[in-house]
Amino acid sequence: MPAKGWIEVNDLYCKGCESCIAACPPQVMSLNKDRLTSKGYHPAQVFKDGCTGCAICAIVCPDAAITVYREVTKSAAQLVSAGG
Amino acid sequence: MATMTPENLVYKRPLAFTETPTHYCPGCTHGTAHRLIAEVLDEMNLVGRTIGVAPVGCAVFAYNYFETDFVEAPHGRAPAMATGIKRCLPDRIVFTYQGDGDLASIGTGEIIHAAARGENITVIFINNANFGMTGGQMAPTTLPGQKTTSSPNGRDVELQGYPIRVAEMLATLDGAGYIVRRSLHDPTNIRRAKKAIRTAFETQVRGLGFSLVELLSTCPSNWNLTPVESLTWLEEHMIPYYPLGDFKVAPSITAAKL
Amino acid sequence: MARELWEGNQAIAEAAVRIGLEAYFGYPITPQNEILEWLSRRMPELGRAFVQAEAELGAINMVYGAACTGARVMTSSSSPGISLMQEGLSYIAGTEIPMVLVNVMRGGPGLGNIAPSQGDYNQICKGGGHGDYHPIVLAPASVQEAVDLLPLAFDLAEKYRTIACLLLDGSIGQMMEPVELPATREVKRREYPWATTGAAGRQRHVLTSIYLEPTDEEQTNIRLLKRWQAVQENEIRFKEYYLEDAEVIVVGFGTAGRVALSAVRAARELGIKVGLFRPVTVAPYPYARVAELASQAKTLLVVEMNAGQMLEDVRLAVNGRTPIEFYGRLGGVVPFPDEILAEIQRVARDTPAMVDDPAKVWLQRMEDVVKK
Repeated sequence: MPAKGWIEVNDLYCKGCESCIAACPPQVMSLNKDRLTSKGYHPAQVFKDGCTGCAICAIVCPDAAITVYREVTKSAAQLVSAGG
Repeated sequence: MATMTPENLVYKRPLAFTETPTHYCPGCTHGTAHRLIAEVLDEMNLVGRTIGVAPVGCAVFAYNYFETDFVEAPHGRAPAMATGIKRCLPDRIVFTYQGDGDLASIGTGEIIHAAARGENITVIFINNANFGMTGGQMAPTTLPGQKTTSSPNGRDVELQGYPIRVAEMLATLDGAGYIVRRSLHDPTNIRRAKKAIRTAFETQVRGLGFSLVELLSTCPSNWNLTPVESLTWLEEHMIPYYPLGDFKVAPSITAAKL
Repeated sequence: MARELWEGNQAIAEAAVRIGLEAYFGYPITPQNEILEWLSRRMPELGRAFVQAEAELGAINMVYGAACTGARVMTSSSSPGISLMQEGLSYIAGTEIPMVLVNVMRGGPGLGNIAPSQGDYNQICKGGGHGDYHPIVLAPASVQEAVDLLPLAFDLAEKYRTIACLLLDGSIGQMMEPVELPATREVKRREYPWATTGAAGRQRHVLTSIYLEPTDEEQTNIRLLKRWQAVQENEIRFKEYYLEDAEVIVVGFGTAGRVALSAVRAARELGIKVGLFRPVTVAPYPYARVAELASQAKTLLVVEMNAGQMLEDVRLAVNGRTPIEFYGRLGGVVPFPDEILAEIQRVARDTPAMVDDPAKVWLQRMEDVVKK
């Protein structure tokens, strides 16, 4: 059973570039076409179940707009943190 | 939504990144490069003793995005400014952040000699095959046949010469310590790029010589592609001409197992 | 302290070391190579920063970086090299940080020659780079005076957060004279509230000369102008010789002023009522004093090793009140006292008419002077 993850996309930084959408392995991301950020971009979002908290979206995000969480033990979380 | 606790946190925005939203175009990998540098500065606890040197180019306002001291160099001169700072403050960490117009065009004199002198500084070199800020003109890194605003029919090597492979060129210098090329076009390569940036800063911290990380980067606006298309263009067109790899790793750096 | 025989360039370099120079970045160009060479030995031996840069472009930018850290930093060059440094000088002025430049002028324009000249007066006194700003420019006329003005250059640069330039030519740079050098001071790294030294324990500092918003740039320019006004009010310096009853007043700076002094003394022996006014600060220029002297004199005779650059500052000060004559030698030629004496005799004998352009009248006479 894959881990369950969730993300927060910060409207202040997201420019709707879609890099995260293209990179997301379970392909659970899309642009939120129902609203705009204050800069006029459609922000990215997770739109269906399946986020594993792999953080690949955060790795490709040029604006560090994404915070990633995962429902796992602390040691596994440290393993993924920014590919170090 | 489940409760968020520190144990659940996998990734958050690095502290060395200021809270200011960047002015870079959507999808521009300048942001990615900045983020990786900020992550490395956080992890190595260097923010308080680092001085950055900003270029002239899209990253002219780089100093708005890092929590470090910063100075602004004239176009191409960042390695010389960095030399001046490092020679006066040898225990501080000094890095330059330069685009390809800045480093490979007007700045060729400064970068070659900083490397030849083995200045103990770190250079982050963003190669996106054009002069971005000024509207996408041909740069010394523009590929043969590539259309730009000053090579509207595509770069003609007969009239406009061939691109410069900076990493390979600098690697021929005895004074150079760590010269590598990485790419920012997909997660695997971004991870490798971060490792290289980390190694470069470790090289400086340990006094092991001049380090330069060339990062193949996208320029969606001037390439007239979407951000995602430009990642593909980079992989298909730039990597064949600018191979990824380690071009110079001084023995002392290998031995340090950074 | 005993006086010793020193070459000008070496004395300037050693004086800088003794008063606490922390960093020097330079490049070879005649006639100031001895400064680079002297410091290439002295700075490393004292553990201080020294780099021979790839070119003057590199050198001035290394100075820029060092100045951002608050270090006491200097560079030196000559005419074509100063041209290359102009970009960096403008950036340094726009960033409002201190530095000292030693400018040893040579014949020009272009590659010119390595002989002494004053042809770069306008280049440095009116800015030295693009934009609205003024470096402080000090013009010694002897090796001792150069050695005395160098510490002042650093103090003024640091007091006003600006560029201070020691302006001389190849003859002062290369001649040997008895000199008393300053006592050695300890290097004291200053703590400036703006310096970029690493942000630990404080707010981060950013040093830049970009102000994208025109109104911000205007504020910066106004700040620079106000500081320049303070310099003009407080820092003008000049020397006067035999002026009390002078009817002819010779005006000259640096080597031209020095040679003119010999001519003035010779003229006094002949009973001519002549004196010399020698600006020491050529920027800020002593306009007020020259204006006063213009009321006293029947004629002013400006002597320079150029085609009439300081002449324009004199004309500005005199403002049409008094006739001005000009005598210049060009391209690296240094005038002899007897040439200037002949000029003094000529204008003392026949007070010249007021002319629109003293340099034009001079050029007509030059045909005879330069006949080979």
